[in-house]
Amino acid sequence: MTPIVEVDKLRKVYDDGFEALKGVSLDIHKGEILALLGPNGAGKTTLISALCGITTPTGGAARVGGHDTETAYRAARKLVGLVPQEVALEPFERVINTVRFSRGLFGRPRDDALVERTLRDLSLWDKRQAKTMELSGGMKRRVMIAKALVHEPRVLFLDEPTAGVDVELRRDMWRVVEGLRASGVTIILTTHYIEEAEAIADRVAVINAGDILLVEDKTALMRRLGRKTLRIDLDTALDRVPAALDGYDLELGSDGRSLTYHYDTSGGNGTGITRLLQALAAEGITLSDLHTRQSSLEEIFVDLVKKGDAR
Amino acid sequence: MNLHGVRAIYVYEMKRFFRTLMESLLSPVISTSLYFVVFGAAIGSRIDQVGGVSYGAFIVPGLIMLSTMTQAISNASFGIYFPKFIGTIYEVLSAPVNFFEIVLGYVGAAATKSLMIGFVILFTAGFFVDIEILHPVAMVAFLVLTCTSFSLFGFIIGIWAQNFQQLQIIPLLVITPLVFLGGSFYSINMLPPVWQTITLFNPVVYLISGFRWSFFGQADVAVGYSLLAIAGFTGLCLALVWLIFRTGYRIKA
Repeated sequence: MTPIVEVDKLRKVYDDGFEALKGVSLDIHKGEILALLGPNGAGKTTLISALCGITTPTGGAARVGGHDTETAYRAARKLVGLVPQEVALEPFERVINTVRFSRGLFGRPRDDALVERTLRDLSLWDKRQAKTMELSGGMKRRVMIAKALVHEPRVLFLDEPTAGVDVELRRDMWRVVEGLRASGVTIILTTHYIEEAEAIADRVAVINAGDILLVEDKTALMRRLGRKTLRIDLDTALDRVPAALDGYDLELGSDGRSLTYHYDTSGGNGTGITRLLQALAAEGITLSDLHTRQSSLEEIFVDLVKKGDAR
Repeated sequence: MNLHGVRAIYVYEMKRFFRTLMESLLSPVISTSLYFVVFGAAIGSRIDQVGGVSYGAFIVPGLIMLSTMTQAISNASFGIYFPKFIGTIYEVLSAPVNFFEIVLGYVGAAATKSLMIGFVILFTAGFFVDIEILHPVAMVAFLVLTCTSFSLFGFIIGIWAQNFQQLQIIPLLVITPLVFLGGSFYSINMLPPVWQTITLFNPVVYLISGFRWSFFGQADVAVGYSLLAIAGFTGLCLALVWLIFRTGYRIKA
């Protein structure tokens, strides 16, 4: 499958000498949701800005739908919608006018039916005649999304779309994102809420200090880097792990009433849980409860960024 | 060419103008009326005719120029400064429009607004003095060119300005003196010889002189020079705007 967005050794050095992107290469597949994760200042927004034409890259190239973002910027930009991190709306303008303006700006003829559908999808139709300054913060964000969608982009960049947004709007937003994905739109989102990326992304790219650390299928990543843990609660406290269980690398809880076992579902040798439980029974240890837990994307992410910093 | 894009910017900018129509038109009309009362009626009655034209009528072209120039600059500079200030410029930068289309939208709207104000002032002047226009086509052409070139100049100021003070400073420190000293209220033949020479370095002299010629058929400098001056100024502004978009100066990191 040909990627819809190709980023090739993209560099950005700001006037003050700060190198925000150190030769980033990245392919984004058609129709996927890619989560771009990274700490503050990692280069997420710079990357998006460079792809959308808001900053001029220092080196490298990028293509959207096969069109170079510098030499064929018209064709490239027509395919792209951008919801920036900061809400920026003209305060005195009415919602419907600002959305119509966006459509025209991207070279599309006026289409009132589409504007209505977009506004309805985002629960903005009732507010169409309101001035943008009269709207609540969440409503303003919806307007920003409507503006980005109304020219029917094939690639949508969402820069921190849910920062400071209430639960209801966040849920609405993911409903819209799901709908867009269903219609074949490619979505690239940056977020601080990693559980969010975990919930909706197909692939995850981790960026830190202007470098892409990895790009991987989310489930594969979690399987590869995630660890599974089994905690066994004991009926009676132990003062040490019995010698017969040495091979399992168990950790005894500080109160002596729990054992923790790390295992891996991807290895070919099985998890070792059955053998462990049989061994426990053979030792005459009575269990009161079992818990299993998988490390979250958040833990994986923090690990990766730490390792990257240590390099 | 992204005509939908140009149209979107133009219509959006014109809407702002009509939203504040009273404020937009009232202040130039009132200030022009005041000039007529003070210069035309009070002082003008003690001044002889200038080149066969009554003083009240003589100052009409200069007053129209004074208003349209300042209005063109303030409209165009605000039009592009405001999106920069509130951050909505991101959308224009990320849209499939080139620099020429952006300028066409913003400057076209600013020029239209100042042109409308110019005609409103001409109409207002008709209440105070009798006006005859010898070369109406040339008059409209001069007015359109002036509105366009000064809107371009305002656009450049709007991009250059980093705060509201800077937005005001060029019109206040440069344009107002140049217009006042450019023969809005007098013919440069009334000046001492030394000042007549110095005045010729003021580009506004050529604009007002040419514009006045289109009314009364007489000018301080030859009409050809006036046309050259305004064409040169328009060209210079276009080149500057092109350079701004080329380098992304103050709009694009």
